Amino acid sequence: MGYPNKPHLKETIVLSQHFGDADARTFKGWTKRGGYEALSQAFKMTPVEVIEVVKESGLRGRGGAGFPTGLKWSFMPKEKKKPHYLCVNADESEPGTFKDREIMRWTPHALLEGTAIAAHAIQAEIAYIYIRGEFTEPWTIMEKALAEANAANVFGKIKIVLHRGAGAYICGEETALMNSIEGKRGNPRIKPPFPAAAGLFGMPTTINNVETLTAVPHILKRGAAWYKGLCLSNPKSTGTKLFSVCGHVQRPGNYEVTMGFPLKDLLYEMCGGVPAGRTLKACIPGGSSVPILNREETERTLLDYEGCVAAGSMLGSGGVIVFDDSTDMVYQIMRLARFYAHESCAQCTQCREGTAWTTKIMERILAGQGKMQDLDLLLDLSENMTGKTICVLSDSCAAPVVSGIKKFKNEFEDYITGRRKPVMVA
Amino acid sequence: MTVTEEYRAVFAGKVLEELQGILAKYPTKQAALLPALWLVQRERGWISDRNMAEVGEVLGITPAYVKGVVTFYTMYHQHPVGRNFVQVCTTSPCNICGAEGVVKALLEQTGAKDAGATSPDGKWTIIEVECLGACGFATPILINDDFIENVTPDKVADLVKKYR
Repeated sequence: MGYPNKPHLKETIVLSQHFGDADARTFKGWTKRGGYEALSQAFKMTPVEVIEVVKESGLRGRGGAGFPTGLKWSFMPKEKKKPHYLCVNADESEPGTFKDREIMRWTPHALLEGTAIAAHAIQAEIAYIYIRGEFTEPWTIMEKALAEANAANVFGKIKIVLHRGAGAYICGEETALMNSIEGKRGNPRIKPPFPAAAGLFGMPTTINNVETLTAVPHILKRGAAWYKGLCLSNPKSTGTKLFSVCGHVQRPGNYEVTMGFPLKDLLYEMCGGVPAGRTLKACIPGGSSVPILNREETERTLLDYEGCVAAGSMLGSGGVIVFDDSTDMVYQIMRLARFYAHESCAQCTQCREGTAWTTKIMERILAGQGKMQDLDLLLDLSENMTGKTICVLSDSCAAPVVSGIKKFKNEFEDYITGRRKPVMVA
Repeated sequence: MTVTEEYRAVFAGKVLEELQGILAKYPTKQAALLPALWLVQRERGWISDRNMAEVGEVLGITPAYVKGVVTFYTMYHQHPVGRNFVQVCTTSPCNICGAEGVVKALLEQTGAKDAGATSPDGKWTIIEVECLGACGFATPILINDDFIENVTPDKVADLVKKYR
């Protein structure tokens, strides 16, 4: 359901069925809607059996990377010699993305149930749900739901702990998140070792996104074959996905569609298109870290992992940012670069210096002091920021810059040649 | 450090009990650092050097380490802020929906001179922040712990009146 909008006929409503329904937030309301049945079912299965079902369903991580969930779980040691941990990534901070927020806000028990099932599957005794500090409302709702569920003793031996972040985008990176829980600066760690070998507190750890875990109870209840059948294009992308649509659209919000759904239909039919009298100029389909698509590319994109790559971008987190023809692309790309410069943890030189210089050069262009060579300089910088650092924050800064220069070069040139008046002061 | 008055410990009585409850959730003491800092900020409004030293003492880590963590996370205040601390999202998705106009209206109507500065009456601090994770509800703002969606410049006057 595109809360706060009414559900659209073309949506496939699974995760978002109870968005906007406050009664579903309560333990009583949730169990009345069939909640926690999948968890009881999971407790009757062995961990390996649960992992097999999730593997078979084709579920892939919804946080951005799209790694197969069941496979990730299977990397955990089968024979338990040390404590195992589950981390739930609710540090949703990717510009354009606001789906996990709605899940926690409306269906907190769905996340708790998925969390407990995953903890059972990987034999973890504690699951830490890391919620970004700014999410004050989801935090209060999750806290209340957890207290109710604990009072009803539904989690057995599994302990679920809420952990509040304190303002750092980088803590959405899996190892940075673990450092943050440990009471450290949120610096990403060098891999290997991977979390399944040495993660939180140095112990075998699995980390999953909120939306990924929320899909799990549905898979257990309705079966892997049902989930696998939810597929409109590539069989490697199954299930439904929540797309958060924002920017220049008539009806922004969350929309749930089957994998492989045309982006064009999502934007024009479900979201009502761009404001009257305007035309679509560009779209970022998977949160600000993925390449920008022009109109033609946007209109032929199929929304799954492979479809977005084929169109020249990535599915990422499913945060769809829409820009109409009134947008100053140079200014907006500068804003995105500034975001990454602000959020860099500053460990790696390429990122610390690269994000700051990218922003500086973009601001110089916007102030009317750019040179034609600056475009090559930006591309050269981006090259050195891609694939060379501990995590991908630096790559994420380069993505909109490189695709922006490639697809909207004339707008950069207009500032440099003086055809367009400066909008910033040097 | 210049000591002007006797230091009143944050972690005493009920707050200490709260911290002990938090410690029970983690296998190490240090893991309670972020929650402990949240408790300090709730109790005192900001986190002073002396508070950091106390947190370090309680958790068995050095003040320098605590400061390193405090400075990493943007939500911890290292200086006193206005009674109403306002965070306005100005990242791209909100930016194209008019977020900069919201900042301008807030500054004008609260008397705060610039983003980050506190108004002369001590009531308001307005800051621009990066993505608040509610892009479909542009422009979202946080006034203290209240998350407010769909703010436009024309709604600012009523908000300022309500919190003043």
